[in-house]
Amino acid sequence: MDFKFTEENLSRIESVRKKYPDSKAALMPVLYIAQEQNGYITREVMDEVALVLGIKAVDVLGVATFYTMYHTSPVGKYHLQVCTNVSCMLKGGYEMLEETVKKLGIGVNEVTPDGKFSIEEVECMGSCGTAPMMAVNNDYFENLTKEKLNEILDSLK
Amino acid sequence: MEKILLLDIPNYHRIDVYREHGGYETVKKAYSMSPDEVIDEVKKSGLRGRGGASFLTGLKWSFMPKTSDKPKYLCINGDESEPGSFKDRQIFEFNPHALIEGALIACYAIQAKAAYIYVRGEYHNWIEMLQKALDDAYSMGLVGEKMKETFQTPYECNIYIHKGAGAYICGEESSLMNSIEGKRPYPRVKPPFPAQNGLWGCPTTINNVETISNIPAIIKNGWQWFSRIGEPRHPGTLLFGVSGHVMKPGVYELPSGVLLTDLIYNYAGGVPGGKKIKCVIPGGSSMPPLRGDQIEGVKMDAESLKAAGSAIGTGGVIVMDEDTDLVRVLARITKFYYHESCGQCTPCREGTGWMLKALNRIARGQGTTSDLELLIDVAKNIEGNTVCALGDAAAWPVKFMITRFRDEFEKAVKKEVVMPVASMVHSMRHTALPLAELKKN
Ligand SMILES: Cc1cc2nc3c(=O)[nH]c(=O)nc-3n(C[C@H](O)[C@H](O)[C@H](O)COP(=O)(O)O)c2cc1C
Ligand code: SF4
Ligand code: FES
Repeated sequence: MDFKFTEENLSRIESVRKKYPDSKAALMPVLYIAQEQNGYITREVMDEVALVLGIKAVDVLGVATFYTMYHTSPVGKYHLQVCTNVSCMLKGGYEMLEETVKKLGIGVNEVTPDGKFSIEEVECMGSCGTAPMMAVNNDYFENLTKEKLNEILDSLK
Repeated sequence: MEKILLLDIPNYHRIDVYREHGGYETVKKAYSMSPDEVIDEVKKSGLRGRGGASFLTGLKWSFMPKTSDKPKYLCINGDESEPGSFKDRQIFEFNPHALIEGALIACYAIQAKAAYIYVRGEYHNWIEMLQKALDDAYSMGLVGEKMKETFQTPYECNIYIHKGAGAYICGEESSLMNSIEGKRPYPRVKPPFPAQNGLWGCPTTINNVETISNIPAIIKNGWQWFSRIGEPRHPGTLLFGVSGHVMKPGVYELPSGVLLTDLIYNYAGGVPGGKKIKCVIPGGSSMPPLRGDQIEGVKMDAESLKAAGSAIGTGGVIVMDEDTDLVRVLARITKFYYHESCGQCTPCREGTGWMLKALNRIARGQGTTSDLELLIDVAKNIEGNTVCALGDAAAWPVKFMITRFRDEFEKAVKKEVVMPVASMVHSMRHTALPLAELKKN
């Protein structure tokens, strides 16, 4: 499967590059743009990123696989990230994770067959004062209870 | 009580409101001083970094070479990934212009060409808020090319936001710089320090978001004013994030030196159900935990917490009530460091894994007394033997939790020593210990 950036994204990449003195530094923002366009980052995507930035594919691979927010396999339309780190754990973070798993019938790091949901257990998201919490894609849902969690999941169509 | 960062002014995050209250006027004042005078003012104010190590900010700035044929940079650390820390996020949301104004002043003081604000990727929505504030400042000619005209100076600088992508290690200063450069974010061996060899090998200063956001108020009101707030050796207000078993968790801006008990019982409303406190981590999960009976009279500033056997860190206070299972807590904390270790140094990469295995064993009820010795031993072997401080951050909670809550961990393990030599072969020092010695513990 070939991957090519859209014209619009190519011009976004051009403006991102202006923020840095060399094109290698644009790698992280460009990976985000690629992920936005393709959903996740495949080897073909990495090759294209390398080509566009004029850097080595192996360097793209090294960076893309280091971070948890770049997905190298597909995630659901709604990617649920439940925090279980200490402050959340003290307030029921693991119960929220269990409830999510039970409700969706998939395990952690799995995607529902319809591609709608995926679950990830994440480290502290900086919401410790409003724990427990979960992020759905980029949006935070805080002070969760089982009821609130179910309401949120039901509302995601 | 006087606040500096989280003011009770509605819509203060908006540039028009910020300017109505004198925002960006301090840049003019700073630019009428020489860069060295600005550094001197910050030095005298006694401001210490809010990113964890409480290093003197003015002193750090003075390490920057005065002459350099390379460009200079400022990095602003908004990675905020230390469990229990959620304060910088408040600045992005409620006072982004203090951060931008602070960056303009700090850049001038060290004569930087540009500032990069590194924000963790999960804070996507807060990055958008900060970006909006930055765009507004650009369009009003307060940043970039047009600032020369606005402030009537020959100096100009740019400010950029760099979005992280989910890696705690990027909060470590040299890892953060590698991350911006588009490299794998492995921490660098120091020296050389960033002031000599930072971003793209150029002289660089790095400060936390909260540190930089304090700069406008210091320059505006003078060092004397700032140095009188709170504890003289660590002056100013601090953003304390209180979480865990308290009635009113949240971020409280209070003068440094506030009593830890005041913070927990008066501000955060005490422990639900009137339960006793078993354990408090006063500065984010890397800092040594304190026993509930150790917190009386402890003040929240770097020196007082050091004296009390812990550290101020990022001011993230995690409170645990008497029913908390500390074995589970420690296992969870250790899982975090194991997950976040970049893998560059053997003691950190392997040691965090060993510690996690031993703790999980204890949590399953299959641990023995020798596991406790093993844990402390591994922790001591990590501490001080790694490229960056993540190693220490992983070792401290283990070392101090087990020694300070020995009774609790003893209760969780079986008394008999199972294969003491076999379980300790990794450490040559201990294989020589007579069995009797191990049984004593
Ligand atoms: C593993 C690790 C993670 C860190 N994370 C952060 C962070 O998220 N934010 C931060 O400001 N400092 C963090 N630091 C501290 C920075 O390395 C650096 O000391 C700090 O940003 C300097 O700013 P300051 O002098 O204003 O405190 C971390 C350090 C280590 C070792
Ligand atoms: S101490 Fe750990 S995180 Fe730091 S450089 Fe070494 S392996 Fe990486
Ligand atoms: S511990 Fe869950 S957000 Fe911090």
